[in-house]
Amino acid sequence: MIVLFDIVLFISSILLIVGLRKLSHPESANNGNKLAALGVGLGIVVAIFYPLETQNNNYLFIGIGLLIGGIIGVISAKKVPMTAMPEMVSLFNGFGGFSAALISLIWLINNNSIGNYTDLTVVLTNLFLGFVAFTGSMVAYGKLSGKLKDKHLQIPYATIVNICLLIVAIGLISFFAYEGKLTTTHLILFTVLSVIYGVTFVAPIGGADMPVVISLLNSLTGITAAISGIMTDNKLMLLGGILVGSSGIILTLLMCTAMNRTLIGVLFGNFSAKKEDAGSN
Amino acid sequence: MTDILQFITTNLNMIYILAFAIFLGFEIISKVPTVLHTPLMSGSNAISGLILIGAILLIRVTPSDNYITLILATFGIIFGAVNAFGGFAVTGRMLEMFNKKRNK
Repeated sequence: MIVLFDIVLFISSILLIVGLRKLSHPESANNGNKLAALGVGLGIVVAIFYPLETQNNNYLFIGIGLLIGGIIGVISAKKVPMTAMPEMVSLFNGFGGFSAALISLIWLINNNSIGNYTDLTVVLTNLFLGFVAFTGSMVAYGKLSGKLKDKHLQIPYATIVNICLLIVAIGLISFFAYEGKLTTTHLILFTVLSVIYGVTFVAPIGGADMPVVISLLNSLTGITAAISGIMTDNKLMLLGGILVGSSGIILTLLMCTAMNRTLIGVLFGNFSAKKEDAGSN
Repeated sequence: MTDILQFITTNLNMIYILAFAIFLGFEIISKVPTVLHTPLMSGSNAISGLILIGAILLIRVTPSDNYITLILATFGIIFGAVNAFGGFAVTGRMLEMFNKKRNK
């Protein structure tokens, strides 16, 4: 019986690869979207019915979650005007990141925040990237929809602040993983740091560059999905997540080239933009 | 150090998948035309809605009286489902518009 589920999982991994391939050609893009959706759908069905060692199922909660999420997603996708598509993608992407962060939080709560070095490194990295993808996407959404203006989000010495925050985050992950545990206060502080870094990472980037940033954050969400796949030992999530992660990075670079920009220029635009102006003059 | 080596031994299959999938992702996207950038971003974003599988698997092994975890995981499913279902629906709409333009 289990082998049947495994075969279905294998088929849905192939569907994801073929779907993504077809999505990158104009004639077959629509079919590609449907194949990828089928792949994800099959993956969800397998996850619901796959036999587990200690299963309490709690199907009620799963059903409620899928129903509410599905309805909200489909309705908002149908209602959004065509001009607002990129910010909708950003919003959805943020939700995916938030989901990843929640999964890491649940893992930490279930294990009383105790684990060995590798487990904690993986989980805390997932928590960090999840929250960064979440708040970053929310800021990108706000900028694209015009709710946040560039001038409201000026951060002094943004590049230096960001590098410092990133170093602190990596340091904290290694420290907590080395200790093998973290207290509730540590967890809250680390969460706050992740949330703040997402904002400061996207805030200094100009509104016109937002599509590139969304693509980068999309790739981040893919990586969190892959890490969650390692945490829950699900090969479909690992494969799909890595596919999204690596193709997202390539797509980000392609978008930069299409806009005649470099990725470094976009990310640290606040001083390289001046340099580019000087160069063109 | 022993932890890391043990992690590699137990997850060797995963590491192989990871490495090959990275190259696969690079290859798949390498020749995409500019018009497809946004739909492709939207489609791959919907694929990362796979994350809700993780929430489902976690919720299934949670004791039925552990309400904090159950509620958090339900929210995980809700947000993941919005990403997956909404993402594919939005991509579908974008591509429909794209096809209409091509047919005219």
